[in-house]
Amino acid sequence: MAWRIEVGLKKGVRDARGERVRREIAEHLGIHLEGVRTIDVYTVDAELTAEQIEAAASGPFSDPVIQQVAIDRPLASDFDMLVEVGYRPGVTDNVGRTAGEALQYLTGRELVADEGVYTSVQYLLKGQLDRTVTERIASGFLGNGLIQRWEIISSSEFDHSKGVPVSVPKVVSTAEPKVQQIDLAVADEELLRISRDGVLALNLEEMQEIQRFAADPATSAERAKVGLGASLTDVELEALAQTWSEHCKHKIFAANIEYDDGQGNSETIDSLFKTYIVGATRTIREAMGDKDICLSVFKDNAGVIRFNNEWSLVFKVETHNSPSALDPYGGALTGIVGVNRDPFGTGMGARLMFNTDVFCFASPFYAHPLPPRLLHPRRIFEGVVEGVEHGGNKSGVPTVNGSIVFDDRFAGKPLVYCGTAALMPLELHGQPGHVKKALAGDRIVMTGGRIGKDGIHGATFSSEELHEGSPVTAVQIGDPITQRRMFDFLLIARDRGLYRSITDNGAGGLSSSVGEMAEDTGGFEMHLDRAPLKYTGLQPWEILISEAQERMTLAVPPEKMAEFIDLAKQMDVEATDLGEFTDSGYYHCLYAGKTVCYLPMDFIHEGVPQLQLKARWEDRGHKEPEVAQPLDMNATLHNLLARLNICSKESVVRRYDHEVQGATVLKPLVGVENDGPADAPMIRPLPDSFEGIVTAHGICPRYSDIDTYHMMACAIDEGLRNYVAVGGNIDHVAGLDNFCWCDPVQSDRTPDGEYKAAQLVRANKALYDYCVAFNVPLVSGKDSMKNDYQIGDTKISIPPTVLFSVIGKTEDIRKGVTMDVKRPGDLVYLLGTTLDELGASEYYDMLGHLGANVPKVDAATALQRYRTLNRAQQEGLIASCHDLSDGGLGVALAEKAFAGGFGIRADLRKVKREEGIREDALLFSESQSRLLVTVRPANQQAFESLFNNQDVSLLGEVTEDQELRIVGLKGEVLVRSTIDDLKEAWQSPLREM
Amino acid sequence: MSKQVKAIVIAGNGTNCERETAHAIRLAGAEVVDIVHISELLAGRVLLSDYHFLNLAGGFLDGDDLGSAKAGANRLLHAPVAGSGDHLSDHLRQFIADGKLIMGVCNGFQLMVKMGLLPALDGELRQSATLTFNDNGRFEDRWVYLKTDPNSPCVFTRGLDGIYLPVRHGEGKLVAESDQVLKDIEAKNLSVLKYSTADFAPTMEYPANPNGSAAAIAGLCDESGRLFGLMPHPEAYVHRTQHPRWTREEDLPEEGMGLWLYQNAVKFIREELL
Repeated sequence: MAWRIEVGLKKGVRDARGERVRREIAEHLGIHLEGVRTIDVYTVDAELTAEQIEAAASGPFSDPVIQQVAIDRPLASDFDMLVEVGYRPGVTDNVGRTAGEALQYLTGRELVADEGVYTSVQYLLKGQLDRTVTERIASGFLGNGLIQRWEIISSSEFDHSKGVPVSVPKVVSTAEPKVQQIDLAVADEELLRISRDGVLALNLEEMQEIQRFAADPATSAERAKVGLGASLTDVELEALAQTWSEHCKHKIFAANIEYDDGQGNSETIDSLFKTYIVGATRTIREAMGDKDICLSVFKDNAGVIRFNNEWSLVFKVETHNSPSALDPYGGALTGIVGVNRDPFGTGMGARLMFNTDVFCFASPFYAHPLPPRLLHPRRIFEGVVEGVEHGGNKSGVPTVNGSIVFDDRFAGKPLVYCGTAALMPLELHGQPGHVKKALAGDRIVMTGGRIGKDGIHGATFSSEELHEGSPVTAVQIGDPITQRRMFDFLLIARDRGLYRSITDNGAGGLSSSVGEMAEDTGGFEMHLDRAPLKYTGLQPWEILISEAQERMTLAVPPEKMAEFIDLAKQMDVEATDLGEFTDSGYYHCLYAGKTVCYLPMDFIHEGVPQLQLKARWEDRGHKEPEVAQPLDMNATLHNLLARLNICSKESVVRRYDHEVQGATVLKPLVGVENDGPADAPMIRPLPDSFEGIVTAHGICPRYSDIDTYHMMACAIDEGLRNYVAVGGNIDHVAGLDNFCWCDPVQSDRTPDGEYKAAQLVRANKALYDYCVAFNVPLVSGKDSMKNDYQIGDTKISIPPTVLFSVIGKTEDIRKGVTMDVKRPGDLVYLLGTTLDELGASEYYDMLGHLGANVPKVDAATALQRYRTLNRAQQEGLIASCHDLSDGGLGVALAEKAFAGGFGIRADLRKVKREEGIREDALLFSESQSRLLVTVRPANQQAFESLFNNQDVSLLGEVTEDQELRIVGLKGEVLVRSTIDDLKEAWQSPLREM
Repeated sequence: MSKQVKAIVIAGNGTNCERETAHAIRLAGAEVVDIVHISELLAGRVLLSDYHFLNLAGGFLDGDDLGSAKAGANRLLHAPVAGSGDHLSDHLRQFIADGKLIMGVCNGFQLMVKMGLLPALDGELRQSATLTFNDNGRFEDRWVYLKTDPNSPCVFTRGLDGIYLPVRHGEGKLVAESDQVLKDIEAKNLSVLKYSTADFAPTMEYPANPNGSAAAIAGLCDESGRLFGLMPHPEAYVHRTQHPRWTREEDLPEEGMGLWLYQNAVKFIREELL
């Protein structure tokens, strides 16, 4: 039977959660309530005695100091409307899982298959409320209809003796496992219907390729041997759709592209990925010779570079955009715990060291009407921030670096980039740590969580735009604790040599993890009915492609099986033998002893036809606007500091634990009051060594509106600029690209596909050109290609966006440099030249213009500057260093001053600049590769001689008085403001988020 | 060899700070520091009684899903040790009776309070206080100044006036069961650390007091002074370069202030327990 345990706060205890909910309902929905109180509800569906339930209620389920409990009776009183929000059947309920475990410790017996604990939260609302408004609060803030359900009861309807009736959201399925045969000997239209209705995301050519394969008599002959008919099974079609999905196969990056540059030149590009990304790394590695830092690139879940003689660094950044659009919290949580598994499952496994995250949102203050199915940007902001907070903090991995980029086109799809770096032993059991290989005969073992319907069609769904039919099952909720237990176990198993290969279950689930690992041996035989399920009723194809979280797949040698399974049991981790890696040449799945999927490995992995794309660049005739220089430059600077893309993100940064593990030696917030914006963090991974790691990133989607070539170049430069600013070694650094694009395939729905494809080509050309010029190998990356929203006539496409992340080394963390000015009298230098490059700048955007002069990168000069800066840092000559990016010199001067707590006096006449450039351009141009440093007067000569013959301008000095004073080209005072005023302008916009 | 200070750091189920905690204890001079997964204790392969100093490190035990450290406390109270007929809680009580040291940091402090190990007035191991949601309802990472109580029996803070450490929690607000409990805590000088202004005056003002804790309490000890818990993270400041302003404050010593707490523990064990 089911019991209902309610846990509420005692009278007089402050309900901090309720107060926060009340505040946020006002901010999000503009509905002002008198009060909100909360009650936790545990529905226990298990054969237990009243005494056991009583012990659980007063024991693990409640806190006797501040809480009261009630069993099968309500605590609620004194409210106008009650909303109880619980999960829909089958949605991951982490609290319910923990509560179930607590019951097991308490009663000494395990819960059996059909038993469980389900949680919900009751909100007691007070205020002027009717049912309609309450429904708006429930659907608009308290719950998300995709994963949750709620009940609304008014105080007059409420039964004070019985309360809310017991309801058990158990998955009840009477579906018998059944394998469907799909006849593909049909017309093209029908083929497309099969693809569309099944969310297979396969195009006609691909469906036809499968049709030809199925119709081949040789295929039928082989199939007959294992008892299969000529028609493919649903398991086979799903396996093909998953493996061939854009998400897994990167068909656009592998496409054959005819590129026309719009000036009469055309060329054919056979795979952007091979030509530009792999190509750049190959060129660089050859040039580096024995200084090559790459160990494993592109082939594993994450890239691996050398750190020192004992350790290597593993790094991966992923996106989780589509799920975050539907369920921001669950999508982002899954994003971070999902990317954690990438470095963990690279090589033989690596210990997680830090996370990074970059979000692209529409303004949280977005005030236009929203098209159907889109959540308000503020809700996405809050949900994503909280999801990553829970995922990162609970996993014990510090979040050390990040950004938030705002552009209202991200209302169509938010971008949620999550990255994770890890430390791997250079050698393990006498083999390189980054090398792994399954052997035929090894067992297929799945560890960690169980399989449910969560995340079904995640891989294919994210290969489409967001539309009416986007499946709700694609949403998952991560479980950091189950994953943490699994990681603790697997690191011990790794060190004891209990497995030969490991990979994660991400997009595509078992189909992807086992299918890819089996490329080592040339086949596998897997029994789908042996997989542990969260609940009954899953079809064989669902078991194969479910993206239920917290699972890793391993190849365990038969002689190590007993020890592996024993260790798992001791550490409370589920591990299941699903079958065997073979050399049969077949992707072979069985259910209850019968073959349900039998596909040649080479067809499933190599059979997808190459996509043919056309790309045509066109000159869109951008022009510089005619604007007068603002009269009040002081006010202009204040307004820029308050722009969403420039202002302080402290309220978000503080919600992330950025120093767990004790290794973060340069933190994201720096300066005299620990609130200045750091350029990049520095990590000391080994407490007995002073060697350090630096990571940083660049992202500038606004520049795409003029030219994606320069957008890409600027993103690379920005990443490296931030990296060297704190002391990262420019000669020991690797890059990682994450492309997020709008659909670049020309069609009725995307009439400008050829232009978007040309934008993609140009970004890739810059990626090659600048990585080679800067000598930065690419080690891994990812692309997400369908970031569009399309329902009815409304289409919103994101601006083409690339996140360029870098990771590298510094020999001595004690030489690390922060951005805040350190003491009065220090000299302020600008490194680099300032050009009239206001195109797509924050300044122009504020004035409502785009412009044409997008910043361009001069890599040779920049590289020389960065190397010299590294030397100056090593020699201890740099007191502070800050990169110039959004808002240019004006913003950088202000940030340096208020972070350090001193004033700055600077003279624009001293700036090395383009002839004829105006003062507003001097102050706000976003010319690349520039840095602002301060130097102690005693070091002036040493510093200037190092930078001899480079573009360096001595602008002025740090002052005791707390005032920023900038003198213009005619000697007049252009900007004069106290640093407190500047800081207030910069801090206030997102302070309360 | 018998004159070794031996410390254990328990790991597993969401403990996150075990490695840096072990590093801090080693730096403080302990000869043996073992990170032990809880499953080893429950299997009976490792015994608490072999150690002098038990560390409950920071993290999110069981995700703090039932309230911070609640599920973890339930496990420690009810889990049996294989092959002995004992519960782990029996071993823990013996450890305390033997006069040994326990230190809980952040989630470890929450665990101690919810198991009734702190403040344990009159030696009674019963929960009489709790740590709950910060007043602002959010997790926060920020550095705080902490005033120590010179009259406290706490062995960990001997000789210290004030320290500077990071807090990283969402549930750090101390609430006592009654005014009397709070009075007793204060009267017996058990509120050994208080959130303070930069000149070490205890404060209720946010953000210097990050969570609204009663009487600005950031850390508690029991009446013996050997059981100690605190929300801030001493293991996060054992080196100069962990200080948030080491690039600008040139006179910072190489050793971080958090290390002092561990050094006091090791000194006490050497003098009193070996």
